Amino acid sequence: MLLIHCPYCDATRPEVEFAYGGQAHIARPLDPSSTTDEQWRDHLYIRVNPRGIHAERWRHIHGCGRFFNAIRDTVSDKFVTTYKAGEPRPELTEKEGAR
Amino acid sequence: MADFRIPGAGRVNHGKPVQFTFNGKTITGLEGDTVASALLANGVHLVGRSFKYHRPRGILSAGSEEPNALLGVDHGPARVEPNNRATVVEVTQGLKTISQNHWPSLERDIGAINDVLYMLFTAGFYYKTFMWPKSFWNKVYEPIIRGTAGLGKPPVEPDPDTYSSRFAHCDVLVVGSGPAGLAAALAAGRSGAKVFLVDEQTELGGSLLSETDASINGMSGWAWLKASVDELAGMDNVTLLPRTTAIGYYHQNFVGLCQRITDHLSSAPQGAPRERMWKIRAKQVVLAQGAIEKPLVFDGNDRPGVMLASAARTYLNRYGVKVGNSPVVVTSHDSAWLAAFDLARAGVKVQAIIDVRKAVPTDLKATAESLGIEVLAGWTVTGTKGRLRVSSVRAKPIDGGSEQAREFACDALLMGGGWTPSLHLFSHTQGKLEWREDAQTFLPAKHVESSRCAGAGNGEFGLANALQQGAAAGQAAAADAGFSGSGASYEIAGEIALGGTTLRELPTDRNTATAKAFVDFQNDVTAKDIRLAVREGFKSIEHVKRYTTTGMATDQGKTSNINGLLIASDAVQRPAPQVGLTTFRPPYTPTTFGAFAGYNRGRLFDVTRKTPIDSWAEEQGAVFEPVSLWRRAWYFPKPGEDMHAAVARECKATRDSLGIFDASTLGKIEIVGPDAAEFLNRMYTNPWTKLQPGRTRYGVLLGEDGFIRDDGVIGRLSTDRFHVTTTTGGAARVLNMMEDYLQTEFPDLKVWLTSTTEQWAVIAVNGPNSRNLIAPLVEGIDLSEEAFPHMSIAEGKIAGVPTRLFRMSFTGERGYEINVPARYGRAIWEKLMAEGQRYGITPYGTETMHVLRAEKGYIIVGQDTDGTLTPDDAGLGWAIGKAKPDFVGKRSLSRPDMLKTDRKQLVGLLTEDPKTVLEEGAQIVLDPNQAVPMKMVGHVTSSYWSVALNRSIALAVIEGGNGRMGETVHIPMPSGTLRAKVTGTVFYDPENTRLSA
Ligand SMILES: [Zn+2]
Repeated sequence: MLLIHCPYCDATRPEVEFAYGGQAHIARPLDPSSTTDEQWRDHLYIRVNPRGIHAERWRHIHGCGRFFNAIRDTVSDKFVTTYKAGEPRPELTEKEGAR
Repeated sequence: MADFRIPGAGRVNHGKPVQFTFNGKTITGLEGDTVASALLANGVHLVGRSFKYHRPRGILSAGSEEPNALLGVDHGPARVEPNNRATVVEVTQGLKTISQNHWPSLERDIGAINDVLYMLFTAGFYYKTFMWPKSFWNKVYEPIIRGTAGLGKPPVEPDPDTYSSRFAHCDVLVVGSGPAGLAAALAAGRSGAKVFLVDEQTELGGSLLSETDASINGMSGWAWLKASVDELAGMDNVTLLPRTTAIGYYHQNFVGLCQRITDHLSSAPQGAPRERMWKIRAKQVVLAQGAIEKPLVFDGNDRPGVMLASAARTYLNRYGVKVGNSPVVVTSHDSAWLAAFDLARAGVKVQAIIDVRKAVPTDLKATAESLGIEVLAGWTVTGTKGRLRVSSVRAKPIDGGSEQAREFACDALLMGGGWTPSLHLFSHTQGKLEWREDAQTFLPAKHVESSRCAGAGNGEFGLANALQQGAAAGQAAAADAGFSGSGASYEIAGEIALGGTTLRELPTDRNTATAKAFVDFQNDVTAKDIRLAVREGFKSIEHVKRYTTTGMATDQGKTSNINGLLIASDAVQRPAPQVGLTTFRPPYTPTTFGAFAGYNRGRLFDVTRKTPIDSWAEEQGAVFEPVSLWRRAWYFPKPGEDMHAAVARECKATRDSLGIFDASTLGKIEIVGPDAAEFLNRMYTNPWTKLQPGRTRYGVLLGEDGFIRDDGVIGRLSTDRFHVTTTTGGAARVLNMMEDYLQTEFPDLKVWLTSTTEQWAVIAVNGPNSRNLIAPLVEGIDLSEEAFPHMSIAEGKIAGVPTRLFRMSFTGERGYEINVPARYGRAIWEKLMAEGQRYGITPYGTETMHVLRAEKGYIIVGQDTDGTLTPDDAGLGWAIGKAKPDFVGKRSLSRPDMLKTDRKQLVGLLTEDPKTVLEEGAQIVLDPNQAVPMKMVGHVTSSYWSVALNRSIALAVIEGGNGRMGETVHIPMPSGTLRAKVTGTVFYDPENTRLSA
């Protein structure tokens, strides 16, 4: 079981308190009606599937209830960092990214 | 029975005999014995038949790596377990053990014909032998394979034992209590760190328990062991867990430990759990799991009596048991010589030490000669004889001709092929392994967790290395966990340096095509099978493994993986690291389901949510059904009624007069705030701005993909407060989705969401007399048609209790849903039941609710929809606020695929024969005469007997269904093809006159 750091609670808690929420930093278009079919399809369905660093959303569903973002390595499963929703994706140095 | 026990020898209790049975025969062992050591003490080597060839098999090892000696054990009624390793099961008074995989008896087994037919069972036999003719597969091959496959018989009764689980945290977890683990625990413990020391064996000590030569700090090995264990036991910060297997090593130093608590006790304390699963989070882990001796690969290396040399040494030194009176030793490694020496010193006539190395250490040779053991260096073993026990071994010089071969009579053959470090737990962490060419093995390279390996796990053999590395690892681990201590140094005397060489199959002058040189004993895989697999094109070890099944048995190839790899690597002509090692997965050794389940069984297996009215329904004899985590009253049978009769009565009573239904499981969300209406505008398809306080609306929730996710009636209590209902199963999902949008897409809105599902009990009263029932009880709400029409909401009191009263209907009849605080739920229900007697009030369950709503064509999200239906598909296009610029899912509704006319659409079906009730899920075709496989155009989603219509009704999704009104479609069933007419979805009262009747 992973330990996950909630940036709102500033506390590290077991994975069972959290729910995964898919890829992070996908903003809903402000005016979906102005998107082309292709743009909307991409928004709905096209996701990265990286081997390695992945920015993703988590919710502290059995804690404070807040959605936040995380950088996780899909190879090692390890969390590199977590940060509040709305904050920019952190720039990782090569060393941090390489776990 | 022959006695192979040496009086007074070993660590067993010679004063405490223990009787158990093996295949019905009483065997006397000693306290401290395993079943294997007790059997060997009685001269029993034959303990089972092998998996594929039914070859007689004995005891290969003395530990948890045992592939052969698998027994059924019987601890008493319902406590029967197959496939226990005789080498780890402790003897208890009255224990029954039975051998497996034979008929009619262990000694005479019909299945051994497979051994003669072995050509059929070579690598990939599952894929080849049984391929033709195809029609034989289902009826002939599969039943035979299933009938003969598998070892042992699983228990059939419920497990009477209890199992517990516990969480723990520590600074340093040490896995393995051999010299390295003990030294690590001592170093960490002395620093003050909180230490857990776990070992799968009954006693702490690991290899020290089998060791009699060396001394540590001037003490004998056993004296040092006792002093060390005593010291650790005296530390408050140290927890010692023998009989505890570290089964899996997970992320962030989370380790699963399975502790065996009662199996070794003849009578367990009342209430004691059989096993306990520890889930431990350690700051630092020290892996000191030691190494496992490798068998040698030669023809006939599987006969009973052929065993690992280290095992023979363990049986002698730890259990006081001679494994034979005239053993032969064959080896490629110095360590096997020590077994020969110890046996000779115990008075056993060791016939010969056959070492494949031409040059053997002179000190070993000298010792052997002084003990009167013949040494044959540069010799190989080419075969064994003996039907149920090895009786002789053929040896010859590797460089010599066949005429120089010699036959040695023997009753045991001890083999030593070097050592494989136990890196299973390290591998669970995805730690990198590195091939060490000199040692011909994999060793840990880069740790990805906060862990260290010590001792044999690092490929460093010998007592001095183990103690030194262990002490250093323990000290470093404690330091990393924030504790400082000083290192310890150990003075070792009497240790023999150990070296060796690594071989694949032993060289032979005989035909290798007919040799049965086993690599994987448990799955009966030979060297020939592995070479055949490579010839047939399998180049990666993962493929070779699956094709031959080598390493795939319950022992996960603990004794076979490296031999298999080396043979495959030779056959492929590629270096071992390029062929690769198969993946180790948890659990390290077979673990009971009970230990994994822990407390989560029976009533505690899953949550059962009950409504405030559930107890009343139970008292009335309701039949329940599970709906998501809830249990709901399904129907209320009267004496003599079956489900059909009960549901028919409940339906009729509700339509004729008055029915009462517990709707408390409905999901409820309170949405509050100045932007509440705008939030609903953005979430639901419907418009909400103009909905007046006191009115309700049926809302449809889509996913962003345009497909229906949920629905429910939403009432507006005031400009800034909505009472939202969701489906029973969708409540948590909907709230999560709303939170998601509110927090991440619409943070500008001032809205608060609160789950109120469990705060309100909901009682639905339906039928022409529903208003007559509640009118005398309601205060503060004008129930007149003008003031409180269909789709209204108001707050007031009912029977003196605050209520939120909905006027709504899921039956098509006049209906009210009475929300009261949950604690009043049962009281108000009983009050309504009492007052309703004059109207023949009838409680109904979910089945009647389903029938009544289907008669009206009201959909159930998740039953009539499946995540691929748009509002238009489901006939809910009217619920879309066309003027709204946006809502979740709106953009998707104009994607080209969503506008196609041949989408599956929800329609009604009326069977040609009104008595036939279609099966839900049945597939629908347009042309019943087309060839199989037919083109399926849809399926039945809901189907019931309608009392009101005196015929069957059904809902279905059908491609282009809206354009097929009046057409006949076909539903092929095993008993014949049924015909049905496509209709609209509303079967009963299409004018909705009854809503206000
Ligand atoms: Zn939190």
